[in-house]
Parts: sequence; C-alpha cells; structure tokens
Amino acid sequence: MERKIKVLVAKPGLDGHDRGAKVVARALRDAGMEVVYTGLRQTPEQIVNAAIQEDVDVIGLSCLSGAHNTLFAKVMELLKAKGAEEIKVVAGGIIPPDDHQGLRDIGIDGIFTPGTSTENIIAYIKDVIKD
Amino acid sequence: MNLHDMVQGIQEGKTRAIAKAISVIERESLYANDLLQMIYSMTGNAYLIGITGPPGAGKSTITDKIVKEWRKQGRKVGIIAVDPTSPFSGGAILGDRIRMNDLNTDPGVFIRSLASRGSLGGLSPAVYDTALILDAAGFEYIIIETVGVGQTEVEIVELADTTIVVTVPEAGDDIQTFKAGIMEIGDLFVVNKGDRPGTEKMRLLIENMLDLVHLDWRPPVLISIGAEGVGIIEIVEQVNKHREYLSSSTQLTTDRKKALGKKISLRLQYLFEQNVIKRIFESSDFDQVLTDIIQRNSDPFTEVDKLMDRFCPWLKEEED
Repeated sequence: MERKIKVLVAKPGLDGHDRGAKVVARALRDAGMEVVYTGLRQTPEQIVNAAIQEDVDVIGLSCLSGAHNTLFAKVMELLKAKGAEEIKVVAGGIIPPDDHQGLRDIGIDGIFTPGTSTENIIAYIKDVIKD
Repeated sequence: MNLHDMVQGIQEGKTRAIAKAISVIERESLYANDLLQMIYSMTGNAYLIGITGPPGAGKSTITDKIVKEWRKQGRKVGIIAVDPTSPFSGGAILGDRIRMNDLNTDPGVFIRSLASRGSLGGLSPAVYDTALILDAAGFEYIIIETVGVGQTEVEIVELADTTIVVTVPEAGDDIQTFKAGIMEIGDLFVVNKGDRPGTEKMRLLIENMLDLVHLDWRPPVLISIGAEGVGIIEIVEQVNKHREYLSSSTQLTTDRKKALGKKISLRLQYLFEQNVIKRIFESSDFDQVLTDIIQRNSDPFTEVDKLMDRFCPWLKEEED
C-alpha cells in the first residue's frame, strides 16, 4: 500500500483564528494526506505529545498572535528533548519577514505566510517527506 | 527503531515505541507480522470498549469524560479514534483529539487516530492489531471510537467486549441509524445532549426497540450531558456491570472467539487477495479472458471456475 503522509495541524497559543489552519487541513486531506487536527489553544507540550503518539511525519503550526518565536521554539525544544527531532515542522500565519531567519535557524524551513497557495504547501510537504 | 527495541519499548510502555509499532501495522510493513507474533503473548489483559454513533453525537466528549473517571482510579487507558477516509482523495481529517486535549499530557493515556481507509485487509485488522499493541503496552482499558455508519464500523465495534452506542435526541425519527444494525450491537445506549427537547422520547424509542428482542443482557438506556459531565459515572458503572455479566457466563469467551474468527477470516481474505487474485489479474492472458466474456464467447461464471482450476488446483483435488 502506498505510504500515506500524516500531518498534525495545530494552533499553539491563544489567538482564535483557525480559518487558515482549517483551510490548510482540508487542502492536505484533498491531496491524500491524513491530517490530525487538534484545534485551538494548544500548549507546545500538548502538540508534541500528540505528534509523537500519532507518529506524524510533519507538524504544521499556525499562529497569528505574534507569539510564534517563543511558542515555535518551545515546540522544537520539546521535540528534541523527546528524541523526535526527525518530525519536520512547518509554520504558517502572521510571521513577519524579519523573524523568518530566526525560525530557519531552529529548524523550521517551510514558512507560509498569507497569500501562499495551498499547492505550494502540499508540494513542500511532499518534497521534505521524500528524503 | 529496530524490532527488538520496539518490542522492549512496548513492554516498558514507552510512548515512542508504541507509536512506531502502530505505524508498522498501519503501513502494512513487512515487519508487521513479526511484531505481532512477538508481542502476542503479552496481550490478553485489556478490556475493549467500543463507542459508536452518528457524527456529532458526542462520542469523543463522552470518551474524554469516561477516561477521566478511569484515570481517577489509576487505570491506564488507550484510545483508538477512527475517522473516515475521504473516498475521493484517500486523505482524511482526524479530529477526535480536539475533544480530548486535556488527556494529551497525561502519561497514563495514549491516543491514536486512525483513518478508516476502508480497503479489504485495511481497516479492521489495523484497529484490532493496534488494540493488541496497546494491550501489550499495559493499557487496561482500550476504547475504540468510530462513527457508526456503515458495515465496516459495525465490524470494528464487534471487536469490543462492551459496545456503547451514543445518540442524540434529534435522532428521534432517524430510524436509519438503527436500521444500520447498530441496535443489535449496543450493550449500552446513551442519549447524549440530554438537556435538549426530545430526550425522553428518544429514550423510550430505544427502550421500545429493545423490547422487541429477547436478550440475556438487557442493554440499559442512559441519559447524559457529555460536555457537563452529567451521567458519566452511570455509564462507567454500567460498563462494569456488563463486564461482570460477561465474565459470569461463557459469553466473554464466546464473543472473543467470534471476534477472533472474524479477524482470522479477514486475514485469510487478505492473503487470498494478495496471493491468488492479484496473480490472476496480472496473468498474461487475463485480458483475453475479459475480452471473451465481453464478446459473449464465454461467461464470467465459467471463466471463474476455470481460473480457480488453474490457480487453485488443490481445491479440485480435495473435492475428488
């Protein structure tokens, strides 16, 4: 059987804007992926535990509150601490260009800000999973 | 992670090992059988509970609350949450964790979402085998949550020792749900969202349906308000009672033999599909066979008999 790509889509932090995350979740499903959607207001601990239990290939983090630097870093830290650093992390939401390099430095390569087409996100995920 | 480490990790209840092992099964990896053979002797201690019902009935919310009750008693609980695979894309949105976020950070709880996939040899075995992994990892209760529509879901629930059917007052005139065979599989019925109008009517409707069949175990019909935690303790009590009932008779053994028979049957079908049917379909003259049938030079029934003679000749020998 063809190996399905499994993605966890989560919203860390306190903002309640989940439209983007839901659109992405649906687009990934329509691209044949299995998407675990965990909803709003997740702590980094909840996200990392869920990702490990679900054994996902990719975590998609969406944040529109401005707290991305802190929250995303915490997720990366926990993944490392739990020996799950092979899980790829991609990010979306309101992430100012000035912060992109900082996120890349901690291992978040795919950063998708408003205006990104879902095809780009799908292509990126398919590509990083190939390796 | 190699197989040996995985088995040891499962035995020690390590999250990563359990999660990786479930993936091995889900992906039908070559190691899946070896893995299951290695852990099988560690299983047999878990109690399986199926929760099913129409979408939006509150299955995940009730699961969340029941699990919290068991956690108060120090029980370890595994949850297998099955959501449907899209028949169009093959993808799936697995959203049951949304209602169980508090359980995410509890080390005594393991939640795994599975997509129904729905191919022969796909769904039911994966759920059954995932339950085996959780069983081997020391989870005392395993909840299998699935949307109760369609035959495949009914089949999964048949694996469970106790099956809870969750419905809502609004399903009052929706006899379809009960036609689907759900009525027969419930050991316990719950009318959730019990603060809405029509609750009592729904309860009576189920009671009336249950009156029509004679059963040794008369399934209780309970009312709950899942989101507020109302009626949860009663559900847990009735699960215990049903468990006592099963173990006081030979019913538990009978049920488990039936589930096992089903599991073995599915496995055999899968192997037949892979080893015989696939070979037939890939054989060089198969296209000619189809052409002959379409042109009415032959018919499907004759051809199937001929294929069986050719690919499974031993069956004929046994007949003779």
